Amino acid sequence: MATFKDFRNQVKPNWCPGCGDFSVQAAIQRAAANIGLEPDDLAVVSGIGCSGRISGYINSYGFHGIHGRSLPIAQGVKMANRDLTVIASGGDGDGFAIGMGHTIHAIRRNIDVTYIVMDNQIYGLTKGQTSPRSDFGFKTKSTPEGSVESSISIMETALTAGATFVAQSFSSDLKELTSLIEQGIQHKGFSLINVFSPCVTYNKVNTYDWFKENLVSLADIESYDSSNRMIAMQTLMENNGLVKGLIYQDKNKKSYQDLAHGYSETALSKADLSIDDEQFNELISEFM
Amino acid sequence: MVDQLSWKVGGQQGEGIDSTGEVFSLAQNRLGYYLYTYRHFSSRIKGGHTNNKIRVSTKEIGAVSDDLDILVAFDQETIDVNYHELHEEGLIIADAKFNPTAPEDCKAKLYAVPFTEIANELGTSLMKNMVAIGATSAILGQSTEDYREIVQEVYGRKGEKVVEKNMEALRQGAEYFNEQAGGPIERLQLEKADGKKRMFIIGNDAISLGFLVGGVRFMSAYPITPASEIMEYMIKHLPKYGGTVIQTEDEIAAATMAIGANYAGVRTITASAGPGLSLMMEAIGLSGITETPLVIVDTQRGGPSTGLPTKQEQSDLMAMIYGTHGEIPKVVIAPSTAEEAFYDAVEALNIAEEYQCPVIVLSDLQLSLGKQTVQPLDYSKTEIRRGKLQGDELPELEAKEYFKRYEVTEDGISPRVLPGTKNGIYHVTGVEHDQTGKPSEVAANRQDQMDKRNRKLQNLKFKNPIFKNDKHDEADVLVVGFNSTRGAIEEMMPRLEDDGIKVNHAHVRLVHPFPAKEMQEMVDSAKKVIVVENNSTGQLANIMKMNIGNLDKINNVLKYNGNPFLPSEIYTKCKELL
Ligand SMILES: Cc1ncc(C[n+]2csc(CCOP(=O)(O)OP(=O)(O)O)c2C)c(N)n1
Ligand code: SF4
Ligand SMILES: [Mg+2]
Repeated sequence: MATFKDFRNQVKPNWCPGCGDFSVQAAIQRAAANIGLEPDDLAVVSGIGCSGRISGYINSYGFHGIHGRSLPIAQGVKMANRDLTVIASGGDGDGFAIGMGHTIHAIRRNIDVTYIVMDNQIYGLTKGQTSPRSDFGFKTKSTPEGSVESSISIMETALTAGATFVAQSFSSDLKELTSLIEQGIQHKGFSLINVFSPCVTYNKVNTYDWFKENLVSLADIESYDSSNRMIAMQTLMENNGLVKGLIYQDKNKKSYQDLAHGYSETALSKADLSIDDEQFNELISEFM
Repeated sequence: MVDQLSWKVGGQQGEGIDSTGEVFSLAQNRLGYYLYTYRHFSSRIKGGHTNNKIRVSTKEIGAVSDDLDILVAFDQETIDVNYHELHEEGLIIADAKFNPTAPEDCKAKLYAVPFTEIANELGTSLMKNMVAIGATSAILGQSTEDYREIVQEVYGRKGEKVVEKNMEALRQGAEYFNEQAGGPIERLQLEKADGKKRMFIIGNDAISLGFLVGGVRFMSAYPITPASEIMEYMIKHLPKYGGTVIQTEDEIAAATMAIGANYAGVRTITASAGPGLSLMMEAIGLSGITETPLVIVDTQRGGPSTGLPTKQEQSDLMAMIYGTHGEIPKVVIAPSTAEEAFYDAVEALNIAEEYQCPVIVLSDLQLSLGKQTVQPLDYSKTEIRRGKLQGDELPELEAKEYFKRYEVTEDGISPRVLPGTKNGIYHVTGVEHDQTGKPSEVAANRQDQMDKRNRKLQNLKFKNPIFKNDKHDEADVLVVGFNSTRGAIEEMMPRLEDDGIKVNHAHVRLVHPFPAKEMQEMVDSAKKVIVVENNSTGQLANIMKMNIGNLDKINNVLKYNGNPFLPSEIYTKCKELL
């Protein structure tokens, strides 16, 4: 059985020391080992950004695609081989700006992919511009007078889009993050895990300390019920989205793969591609 | 008696014009005639003039005819817009309901037939199209019983009564015409066809069939004219083979999802038209640098932007060859008939996997939507080749080493492993990478990887990259085209020959990498070259000049008003240039 060490490769991440993404990498590696995956059972697909490099730092199959498109690539991988565990990952710009369309549709499509966003509320790789997750008034290179756009409430958005698994966590809480990733992978359908992953270089406001001060743990809210969408929505709104833990899970809704008409129960990638003469004749008879 | 004629039905969109054309043409197909159809339609669902022009022949044909023999009109606009195509002995049969009049300079004879009235008497005005077809059968001297099989197929599931009603509508249409005209029109009597069963298919269905037979099991796509039929075909058939189709949120998702699925080992396609291809450009580059197979259909239509969305054009050629930033190996295949489209679709899949690169199957609206008769397709001529795809047993690697997925090889093609394979882990990235797929900016590695990728297509094997009709060792003129213009060129060639002009024809089927050597030979053996294209800048001519020079010899005949070339137009323009 593989341990988390087996999910390490020898590549040294090029992230800044202290970057929140290190913990996300470690959490994925631990979660994969904890649920008994082997490295070749896992495909990690990522977008472009500092965070997008993550697929190259995990000993598994990895696909570092283009900016904003980790989700369609990941969904394609899963549709092709439903035996693989597929994780999509990237930054807040990747997922909630350029890739927002895909995010909403991946949520409502509900293909069994786990999407982990490293949300630092800034564009790291391009050196500090505003992101759709930046707070109103946040000063960046591209908003020197402070952002005049509202930050997107991504967890609420996910709920309204029909998400079946919504969670949020924080890089400093490796244990919870690992557990949420495990749950996300085991969830049958699409899971979104937004991780506050501080950028120590370009975001001097939303720091580790800031999150420690401002994040409310759902575990601390008595009688919080993650199967109740109304409560989830209300709690998010009451706390301005600054909560951590499993926010909502619908264990009953079937995944896209289970609903798709005719879709093979065995991995399509292993399908026999030949058809016999009789089938061919039937196909052409349609046009005779 | 004639060996071929042309029939057109027109009216308002949403009025059943397409189904009228469908029933008429299917009946002719059953009688063994060769057919070639053209659909004139606009980008709206209800209203607006639409027509179907159907050519019926005892011999193979591949183009819209120059003129028209019979025009069936459901409104006055149909007459006004189309009467000029009719020759002197042509006929208009129009619904008496709108008191049809023939324009003063109309050479053809007009018969008003109470299509709607007869249909209403039989119970529903919907049957007016059957009355019109009945009248047509009388003109042609065909028995209405010849149509029974098709009527049965189309209306059978609505019950025997409906079938009989429709047969009655046919009969009454025929009778009414016979009474008025005193029987069939001699000049419009078709010679008997051979009664052989042949396929009658639009290019999009031929491409789709090729894909299915070629092992496609997944498709991700976004609807667009004139590509949607491919998606619709796949939705209908893939579930029977365990596969499925996802209608994505946009074409970026369509292309990247297809990349993900191809990476994971399923033959996956997407199909679109110019606007969608524009959105896919970044993904095409990703397929190129990650060496992930990807087959995309581009059904060209009038551009740029939304352009002429329901009209014929061939203006995406340059974009398909060069589109995406940076430099990648890419193959662009341009079938010119529905039959070729079937075989080329299978080959596109093979080439994409063998050479691990994007392959564009280029079509155009007329090829994609025009329905044509094809010779029987031969399944045994197709095969599935997956290139250097490794099986699921790989030797153990040294601890923590990645598999050399991008190994620098002599032919530039590296072993390909599917995710999930033991001992095969490697990384994929659109960043320049080393042989195991890890990002690398080392200068020497960059050059090695670029060279490796560029090397892949140097030995591309593609059967008949140019369709040749070159009976002259020394021709006065070589006419060149691509995609759906082939039939019109072939049809006008004998007319040039009759004028004493020796003409050869080269139809480019592999537009990239360009078959320069073969084309050079053909150009060398002609005094003049005329490139026929449905665009305004002569894109194929420019590609030829880039590849083989001959700047002075190469001329263009261009048409970009949204309509396909007629044989007579090419003939006239060629004469002007010669
Ligand atoms: C189509 C495209 N546009 C722009 C870029 C440049 N770019 C790369 S990463 C990035 C944003 C990164 O921000 P985020 O997704 O939040 O990731 P982070 O670096 O913060 O982890 C941008 C704009 C690109 N690579 N591709
Ligand atoms: S710039 Fe920010 S996000 Fe990027 S590696 Fe450094 S700390 Fe992390
Ligand atoms: Mg970011």
